Amino acid sequence: MASDVKSRERTAARPPSARGSYALYLVPSAVLFACVIGLPFLMSVGLSFTRWRGVGDPEFIGLENYRKLLEDDRFWQSFQNNVVLIIAMAVIPTLIGLVLAAAIFDFVSKHYGQRPASALRAAFYLPQVLPVAVAGVVWTWILHPTYGALNELLGLVGLEGHDWLGDESTALFSVGGILVWLQIGYPVVIFMAGLQRVDPALYEAAQLDGAGWWRRFRHITVPQIRPEVFVVLLTCTIAALKVFGPIYVLTRGGPGGSTNVPSYFSYQNFFQKAQVGYGSAIATVLTLVIVAVTFAFLRAQDRGERS
Amino acid sequence: MTAIRRGSVLAALAVLAVVMLVPFAIVAMNAVKTPADYSSGGPLALPESIHFDALRAFWDRVDFGQKLWNSALISASVAFFAVVLSVLNAYALGIGRVKGRLWIMVLFLVANTLPQEQLVYPLYYLAKETGLYDTRLSMIIIFTAIQSAFGTYLLSSVFGTFPRELLEAAQLDGAGRWRTLWRVVVPMSMPTLTVLMVFFFIWTWNEFFLPLIFLISNENQTVPVALGVTAGDKYMDATMQSAASLLGILPAIVFFLIFQRTLTRGITVGAIK
Repeated sequence: MASDVKSRERTAARPPSARGSYALYLVPSAVLFACVIGLPFLMSVGLSFTRWRGVGDPEFIGLENYRKLLEDDRFWQSFQNNVVLIIAMAVIPTLIGLVLAAAIFDFVSKHYGQRPASALRAAFYLPQVLPVAVAGVVWTWILHPTYGALNELLGLVGLEGHDWLGDESTALFSVGGILVWLQIGYPVVIFMAGLQRVDPALYEAAQLDGAGWWRRFRHITVPQIRPEVFVVLLTCTIAALKVFGPIYVLTRGGPGGSTNVPSYFSYQNFFQKAQVGYGSAIATVLTLVIVAVTFAFLRAQDRGERS
Repeated sequence: MTAIRRGSVLAALAVLAVVMLVPFAIVAMNAVKTPADYSSGGPLALPESIHFDALRAFWDRVDFGQKLWNSALISASVAFFAVVLSVLNAYALGIGRVKGRLWIMVLFLVANTLPQEQLVYPLYYLAKETGLYDTRLSMIIIFTAIQSAFGTYLLSSVFGTFPRELLEAAQLDGAGRWRTLWRVVVPMSMPTLTVLMVFFFIWTWNEFFLPLIFLISNENQTVPVALGVTAGDKYMDATMQSAASLLGILPAIVFFLIFQRTLTRGITVGAIK
């Protein structure tokens, strides 16, 4: 705190001309960002008010695309599907991750040492380093209806096989299950790191009071690593809203749109149906949702920290 | 009593960890089978003998060496350039404390959260106009911008706590800002910069959406794109599919083993910010 004040005084004491030269260091990025992010962003928002097939001139149609979106069942379904995938990529991994991280921390590292704890963490984290496209290829093959490993395994225990990704009623949940597998390592690693900050005296006091593991978990562990829980929930929710690779590789949004998500839906409009204006409108709505979610999270976090 | 409980928790965790790893094991097991071995024993039987035919067949079919080179070239270039840009930005924002830095930070943060779907079509159009479409250079340029948005955000707060005494000492020694950056700030921040570079490399390696759209010709494709587009290929049999999966997994596991320490340290750095 004290050093912060000191540094601010010194910045203020610096002559104004010297201040300007630091801004020069931002120039390369300013140019790059203007071309790669700023301009495309504005173009895309602009295109969402037009009808354009990618060639010729875009035709301005005002809010027509957005009006159409509101009536488009496929659009609403893609967001509904996305909610399921947020549960699979953010909520479930956070809940399981909390229990796993606390169990590894409390039982394994304290009584069996750091090596088995690190090995467990590595095993849970491994799917995280896979490119999602590769993970998708792995699972398409494992879930394959005729020669896949899962149906073979079910056959061994006398259960009937199933076309997991090809059946409308199970496709979305199969994708969700794969995403849980893919995502779980991230919260485990973050929470295990967070637990190292927790003062052991808190646990000892609770133990003396006769609190069992579950009560210590709920009343000490979870509240103490709340900042980490927020970060994980926010980053995973945003990642879930952007999910594209697994959908493309596993199901291409099918069967019958049952696993379609906004990002894939916009991709279809851009590159398969050549409805660039409509695709831009979907992307713009997706951006708004992501920005809104981010703000909501940051506000909740801010309130949580203050109380 | 508690020893038994501890033991059973450990056992349960170990079982779960094994379940997490089963898909990897199944892939590795079937990638080294012959098609005949696969059809007689099924996917769960151990291979009768080890064959690299399927691996070799898939390697040749997609020219996998070329894909590895493309991925490595793009990811390494992005990792380097994005770290350099992040350092320059963070120097101005975190140490220089330029005017309006809060808003500049917000811009970088927004750039980082934007879905790529919002940018893809204009980028595709602009790349075609400038002749950059279907080049590895286009990916290097775009991902340098995207990754450095995050890098700037992270590094600015790291540089914000950089000891002022060191900067002033450098100034007293007559070092200008440019020299101070490269002789004092960068060497002192090397651990963080390494972590960032590793992250940028792996993140770029794993990217799928933009490379899928931009790299359409075979000689420019990256590993994830090559795998992603062959996933639904009806002409690939089961052993070839698992061989493809294994070839996609192996580089990731190699990075994981090399960078495991850096990674865990880095994730922690990112989380607390």
